[in-house]
Amino acid sequence: MNDLMALPLSFLQSLGFVGQLILILLKIVVVFVVTLLHVAYATYWERKVIAHMQLRLGPREVGPYGLFQPFADGIKLFFKEDIIPATSDKPIFYLAPVIFFVSALTSLAVLPFFDGFVVADINVGLLFLLAMSSLGAYGIVMSGWSSGSKYSFLGGLRSASQVISYEISMGLSLVGVMIMSGSLNLSEIVRAQHATVLGIYALPQLLGFFVFMVAMFAETNRLPFDLPEAESELVAGYFTEYSGFRFAMFFLGEYTGMLIMSSTATLCFLGGWTIPGFVTNMLPFLHYVPGIVWFLGKVYCFMFFFYWIRATLPRYRYDQLMAIGWKLLIPIALANIVITGTLKIMGWI
Amino acid sequence: MTMLPQLFFGYFAAAIIILSLLVITRKNPVHSVMWMLLLFFHIASMYLFLNAEFIAAIQVIVYAGAILVLFLFVVLLLNLKDELETDRFIGSWPVGMLVSIAIFASVAAAMQSFVLGQKGNFTVELVQRVTHTKALGKLLYTEYLFPFEIASLILLIAVIGAIVLAKKRMRSH
Repeated sequence: MNDLMALPLSFLQSLGFVGQLILILLKIVVVFVVTLLHVAYATYWERKVIAHMQLRLGPREVGPYGLFQPFADGIKLFFKEDIIPATSDKPIFYLAPVIFFVSALTSLAVLPFFDGFVVADINVGLLFLLAMSSLGAYGIVMSGWSSGSKYSFLGGLRSASQVISYEISMGLSLVGVMIMSGSLNLSEIVRAQHATVLGIYALPQLLGFFVFMVAMFAETNRLPFDLPEAESELVAGYFTEYSGFRFAMFFLGEYTGMLIMSSTATLCFLGGWTIPGFVTNMLPFLHYVPGIVWFLGKVYCFMFFFYWIRATLPRYRYDQLMAIGWKLLIPIALANIVITGTLKIMGWI
Repeated sequence: MTMLPQLFFGYFAAAIIILSLLVITRKNPVHSVMWMLLLFFHIASMYLFLNAEFIAAIQVIVYAGAILVLFLFVVLLLNLKDELETDRFIGSWPVGMLVSIAIFASVAAAMQSFVLGQKGNFTVELVQRVTHTKALGKLLYTEYLFPFEIASLILLIAVIGAIVLAKKRMRSH
């Protein structure tokens, strides 16, 4: 595969500035299309997984095994009437889903999918991910406020306080990874992980991994932390008043967010596109498997975990949610930083 | 190609001024906050333009991600109908404008005698090689450790103050 790509790549690089620009645009198009296809089939897969966990069959009418269901849903949403509430604040009502969706898509730019394939290889990649996830909170709050409906407003407020609280523990849980790898560049983090004996940070950073996993569910508003869209209390939460394609943008943004969180967990804790060195030493033929296979496999495991939890656990109460965030996760994450820092100074890791 | 940096700087400087004016002149406080969000992103881009990638990321995370959301919380809970009917500025705003114009004039006059200071060890090439985050962290935790600790102590005092104010039970005792 690398030989196939080498010729066009060297041709583009010989074109200089324009070639580089074309190369970046090509990468963006590839990442964009692949991600949207993943989002489409993430919804199908989720419905199938949850259906089978509940002894149902899930979608099966559109195409073989219901495989064209995501496209049917997309076409339906696209041609639905676009309803805008009379009491809404129009400019912000239009802007909110765009902010939410764009902030999720922008995060894709810094994710290295396999060795050397990343749209923007920046030195502060991990911080960029955190910054974009905090921008996504604006989409939620503004949609809740601008809808002019009390359900949306409460959903928006809940989501904002939830995202802010869990962002702290998520950031702190990643500090251990930063200390161990000595870098904020996601590709560098993966390479540093591959150089360790275990090949993954999930074991030496067990506390950080745990905190990240819990915060990941809260950041993406998924069960058991889906209070912003608790349907039994708030109709649908912050996007109650949205319909048609604006609703679809929230939907796409949420699933893109899940894919990004899964990718972040894969890159920071499970070694990204690499597999531990001792595994390839025992089974040398695994060298020939391209890195993207390992990366996607790990991401799919996290996505399955999202669905599994959704089918298993009930929703938390709001005060429980806040107590877990502030009184449990943040102290654990802080302790993890102290332990990791001490071990690093002693030179044990 | 040599004009490109000037063009970039010109755009960001002009945009920052225009956005700041939009923030203070909007009647709807939520719209003000949204313009301010855009303003913070322009400031972050300005830092990026100066090769300060860490500061740019922190600008977005801290100001846009935390402080502005807290503003938004307060603003969202305002009674917007009352807010839209009151005047945007208090009666004495011309005085404030005069004072700020005077400050601007004196700064502009002082700029005439501006002399570029001595250049430090950190050239653009050096910062790019060791990465900005590492360079900043090393300096902050070695050479400037004392001022850094003083700043964190001040923040700690503010945190304790906020807790004391928020805890009703402690006040009644």
